[in-house]
Amino acid sequence: MFENLSHLALQQYWWFIIAILGSALVFMMFVQGGQTLIKQIASDETERSMLINTIGKKWDLTFTTLVTFGGAFFASFPLFYSTSFGGAYWVWIIILFSFVIQAVSYEFRTKPENLLGQKTYDTFLFINGFLGTILIGAAVGTFFTGSEFSVDKMRITGGESTIISRWENVTRGLEAALNITNIALGLSVFFLARILALLYFMSTINDDNIFEKSRKHLLYNSIPFLGFFLLFVGLLLTSKGFAVNPETKVIFMEPFKYLHNFIQMPWVFILFLLGVIFVLTGIFMGFVKKSTQGIWYSGAGTILTVLSLFFVAGYNNTSFYPSVFDLQSSLTIENSSSSHYTLTVMSYVSLFVPFIIAYIVYAWKSLTSKKIDRNEIETSIDKY
Amino acid sequence: MSQIDLSLVDWSRAQFALTAIYHWFFVPLTLGLSFIVAFMHTIYYRTGNKEWESITRFWMKLFGINFAIGVATGIILEFEFGTNWSNYSWFVGDIFGAPLAIEGIMAFFLESTFIAVMFFGWNKVNKKFHMISSWLVAFGSNLSALWILVANAWMQNPVGMKFNPETARNEMQNFWDVLLSPTAVHKFLHTITSSYIVGAVFVIGVSAWYILKGRHIIFARKSILIASIFGLLSSVFVAATGDNSAYDVAQQQPMKLAAMEGLYKGDTNAGLVAIGILAPNKEIKDVENPFIFSIKIPSLLSILAERDVNAFVPGVNDLVYGNKDQGIVPISERMKKGKTSIEHLKKFNEHKKQGNTTEAERSLKIFEDNYKDFGYGYLNKPEDAVPNVPLTFYSFHIMVGLGFFFIVLFIIALYNVATDKLKNKKWLLKLLLWSIPLAYIASELGWIVAEVGRQPWTIQDILPVSISTSHLSTSSVIITFFMFATLFTILLIAEVKIMLSQIKSGPKEL
Repeated sequence: MFENLSHLALQQYWWFIIAILGSALVFMMFVQGGQTLIKQIASDETERSMLINTIGKKWDLTFTTLVTFGGAFFASFPLFYSTSFGGAYWVWIIILFSFVIQAVSYEFRTKPENLLGQKTYDTFLFINGFLGTILIGAAVGTFFTGSEFSVDKMRITGGESTIISRWENVTRGLEAALNITNIALGLSVFFLARILALLYFMSTINDDNIFEKSRKHLLYNSIPFLGFFLLFVGLLLTSKGFAVNPETKVIFMEPFKYLHNFIQMPWVFILFLLGVIFVLTGIFMGFVKKSTQGIWYSGAGTILTVLSLFFVAGYNNTSFYPSVFDLQSSLTIENSSSSHYTLTVMSYVSLFVPFIIAYIVYAWKSLTSKKIDRNEIETSIDKY
Repeated sequence: MSQIDLSLVDWSRAQFALTAIYHWFFVPLTLGLSFIVAFMHTIYYRTGNKEWESITRFWMKLFGINFAIGVATGIILEFEFGTNWSNYSWFVGDIFGAPLAIEGIMAFFLESTFIAVMFFGWNKVNKKFHMISSWLVAFGSNLSALWILVANAWMQNPVGMKFNPETARNEMQNFWDVLLSPTAVHKFLHTITSSYIVGAVFVIGVSAWYILKGRHIIFARKSILIASIFGLLSSVFVAATGDNSAYDVAQQQPMKLAAMEGLYKGDTNAGLVAIGILAPNKEIKDVENPFIFSIKIPSLLSILAERDVNAFVPGVNDLVYGNKDQGIVPISERMKKGKTSIEHLKKFNEHKKQGNTTEAERSLKIFEDNYKDFGYGYLNKPEDAVPNVPLTFYSFHIMVGLGFFFIVLFIIALYNVATDKLKNKKWLLKLLLWSIPLAYIASELGWIVAEVGRQPWTIQDILPVSISTSHLSTSSVIITFFMFATLFTILLIAEVKIMLSQIKSGPKEL
């Protein structure tokens, strides 16, 4: 069935899959958000343990989503993989480093003879939560603001350099953190991850103290989130964007490109609005109604919002990874993708995704059917 | 041809080798122990015996500690293809990316979802679902090994693709050729079963230590029984798949085989070196005997490589300088063809840009006719096509020697545990304990044979390592090399200390 689709249709389908993985990743980063909140929410060791154990059951899933996001990008848009990872070297290395120290920390933190001590591992978790969210957000920001690189596939035949994708500055991606749009998106992701974590605590932990504190911090984090998010949206809608001429494939700057994308793809605009409304509803339910179900609303809202941002970045003749150094080197879903054959194969593989989501939901439900409480943490031997 | 920054290539190589070697400290135990835990969990599920619950929990705990650090080192490897091997990622991404993505989609989610159920499911989920989760973790881990090994096998034996001159990359033509190439199948089977040996030796060694200390005797005996059966079956299988893998190497990578055997001058009825010491000053071109000392089994190499006693097996010199009688083309000629191929790839695109279709067609034809030797066009001299012979040779022979040692070890362990003679044999218990590092050494050496032996290629004959790197400053890679070296070393020490302390405190009586 997929083999009969046009190359462009497959490219659009795979951009959709990438968007799904990207939005799932942002949602799952409540784990990272939670890692930055332990000190503020926990008043004693048991509470600390309750918090870490409730997100600790999910860290591996977030990690896997990140790895799969990278792998799927490699398989479907390999030129992005080779240009961005090899180019924005330092940003990605720091992100990866922060995930390496996370991966061991849950398992090692309370084990005897763990060399570095519990405090260090808990600090590792904080670093991952802080840098991971902000830098991934800022890196995605460059989808809209551009980077400095050049691509020439024929370089492999020799010349000044044999390297196809060159990064044309020495800061190797760290410059992304100096752009206000990127910073606004990075901090939005950071505060959103914390909001989701607080709602997750309220939903999975049976403890009055944690519930009340989480509720209070929900407000403290929602205000900066709204500020940074509105700033980002404002900058995005008023900025020039990287457009592609569908006939000639020439890339050019178009004023209000992203605003136009929302207008020309009204369904994406509806997704975006629904997403924002759902996020706010979740916060409202948690803070005002003292509901434990806010996570589901804000979580779904996060997924819808991030989906719409990916669509605006890649669909409607837009360059999703633009170069401000050489406009014509900018990556589009057409010029950076895998072949028709490979995308077809991968599309069949993507049919597994609903099945995977189903077993994740089943396993998730069966493990969290009972809430964590003080008594369980104090008596259990199966904990981090 | 442009100047290639060799120090960048070498540091990128060093960083990749570092992460791969560290990652491989943890993966074999994950692959092997996951099945052992699943067996034990099944016995507990069937019998409901508390003793088996305590056995399962204990090995599961060690599994978890090891798993976390395996995941931590694994993420770097995946992204390193992009961060440090950018050219490679584009040049073959159309084929290589797919198994990596499939690994994530099909295997990693299975692993990470059910590992949470496996660890936290005690008394929380129903017992059957819990036991099945242990199996799904084992299945998921081994499935992830399948996909990454398919990717690696494709680099050693690139099949199922065609070069697209307009996109300057290889594009996949047949997914099943990639997945089911003999190299992929044998590599997968050889690697996972050798990892089961690591898991089995680990369980046996730790249990032997308890018997030596006079603690948890029943627990230890049961563990040794399960592990030695599993280990024995695996080790026989490893020998068989190893033989198949060597045959693949002979067919696809004759230079690697020559290095594995220290064979410089090819021969019919070639003998296999059983034990040998290489002459330290041997150069490729000289006529010195490559060995100071060696014992060879006559004709066995010919049988191994070609399934024929009388077959000719080429040596390093035949492959580098050619051998007319055997129809082997010298590398200098392949370099010429490679350069022609590269040159006409460039011309094809230039002609096309100018709209000169006839000339473009002509260049395309010349390019395609010579594409088989494309990678040789990037070499500076024929000798560059030879890997490090001593490292490949010794790694291979020590690995094979240890492989046979393990077969004997598992038989002895199984016999003694089945007849209950183990606790009086201190020497045997000590041997079992000290075999743990040997299993790790054998496993790492296998990768050294595979990866050092295929130098200078990232993709056999098509892309050398020197053309695969990212556009980075050497100093950046040096800094990240030491960052990772430091971090991984600290984490490794922490992991070993935690493991030892868990082992010392022993299984909890329930």
